[in-house]
Amino acid sequence: MEQALAVLHKDIVAEFRTRHAVNSLIMFGVTTLVAVSFAMGPFGLSSHVLAALLWIILFFSAMAGLSRSFVKEEETGTIMALKSSADPTMVLLGKMMFNLILLAALEIVIVPLFFVMMDTWPSAPTRFFAVLLLGSLGLSAVSTAVAAIVSKAGSKGALFSVLAFPVLLPLLLSSISGTASALEGASPVWPELRLIVGYSGILITASFMLFEYIWEQ
Amino acid sequence: MVWKYLLGIFMVVVILGSFFYAQPALGLGEVSRIIYYHVPAAWVAVLAYLVAMVSALRYLRTRDISHDTAAAISAELGTLFAVVATVTGAVFAKVTWGAYWNWDPRQTSITVLLLIYGAYFALRSAVDDDQRRAGLSSVYAILAFFTVPFLVFVVPRVYASLHPDPILNVDKKINMDARMLQVFLASLAGFTGLYSWMYSLKLRIYRMLRERTGV
Repeated sequence: MEQALAVLHKDIVAEFRTRHAVNSLIMFGVTTLVAVSFAMGPFGLSSHVLAALLWIILFFSAMAGLSRSFVKEEETGTIMALKSSADPTMVLLGKMMFNLILLAALEIVIVPLFFVMMDTWPSAPTRFFAVLLLGSLGLSAVSTAVAAIVSKAGSKGALFSVLAFPVLLPLLLSSISGTASALEGASPVWPELRLIVGYSGILITASFMLFEYIWEQ
Repeated sequence: MVWKYLLGIFMVVVILGSFFYAQPALGLGEVSRIIYYHVPAAWVAVLAYLVAMVSALRYLRTRDISHDTAAAISAELGTLFAVVATVTGAVFAKVTWGAYWNWDPRQTSITVLLLIYGAYFALRSAVDDDQRRAGLSSVYAILAFFTVPFLVFVVPRVYASLHPDPILNVDKKINMDARMLQVFLASLAGFTGLYSWMYSLKLRIYRMLRERTGV
């Protein structure tokens, strides 16, 4: 656990030096949000459309930034040092925490802006933030594992989104329908939360079991 | 050698049986005959994905590249059968529900499944080095298979689906008349045989190619 925190600390320090990942993530998110709001803001959209738009913005911003965690190590050649100094599972855990923090930073900017620009507020705020939190947890953890695969595959252009999108799709669909019912506030979000937790649980467990094999490539 | 002729004859008998021997199901009518093709195709797809995952595991254990080849072949065949199941399912949906595609939970899950394995082939074509490709795609194949039980068995039960009950329904009873059941089981066996024949055929082609190129 100490090792994981050390990896997290190292990543945060490195990120603060350049702020490359967090900047591109937030700029991507804000740009998309502005485009969406400009095109559709005045129409009083239904909560299903709003939920889908919010998650599409979050998802594609995440795709733009979250692969950096492992790709950066390969590019700068620091991966060998990391390999020799930390246990693989702890590296993965550290990177997952770092990506979760990145995604949280994105959401702190995007979600309030979204409420303002789309002129909306969830009827059931607790449920809304529960879905947002658990969905982001799954999103960041699973895309970290996929980022590890992509970094070893030579990080070719769109490969990250191509690999991450199908695996994350069930998570995304459940998050969208959960967010929609939280915005409306009429129906409970338990079925969606159960799916989100179950699905991310399966994938996170699997990626911890398999990470060693990616790491040794 | 003799097996493939036996398989051919067996499949002909199954096809004839599915149209002339089995009675149509009560309520659904003639369209119910699609069950003898749709369900076995879906079953073989899951089986092939399982074989792909086991081969991927064996590759990671032994680092023998032939296991990776086996995984790739099985994933290809799995995708082929999954497409067959999707298309037959869409035909059934058109006749009974009125539209080829309506994002029923079953259709959603099979779409996701096809996309996941599509990404597996994208990953395979992105890596040039044989061992590295084998290692990475094995990890992805195992990760992908972890989602199969979730997509095939969990999602359609959480959300309301129009899909007819699986053969083993909630009461754990088989609701089929004897003739239907005979043809159905024979078709399951036939499709499984078809899969294993195609699998060994592709494996032989790969081996011959490898011998010829001398890799």
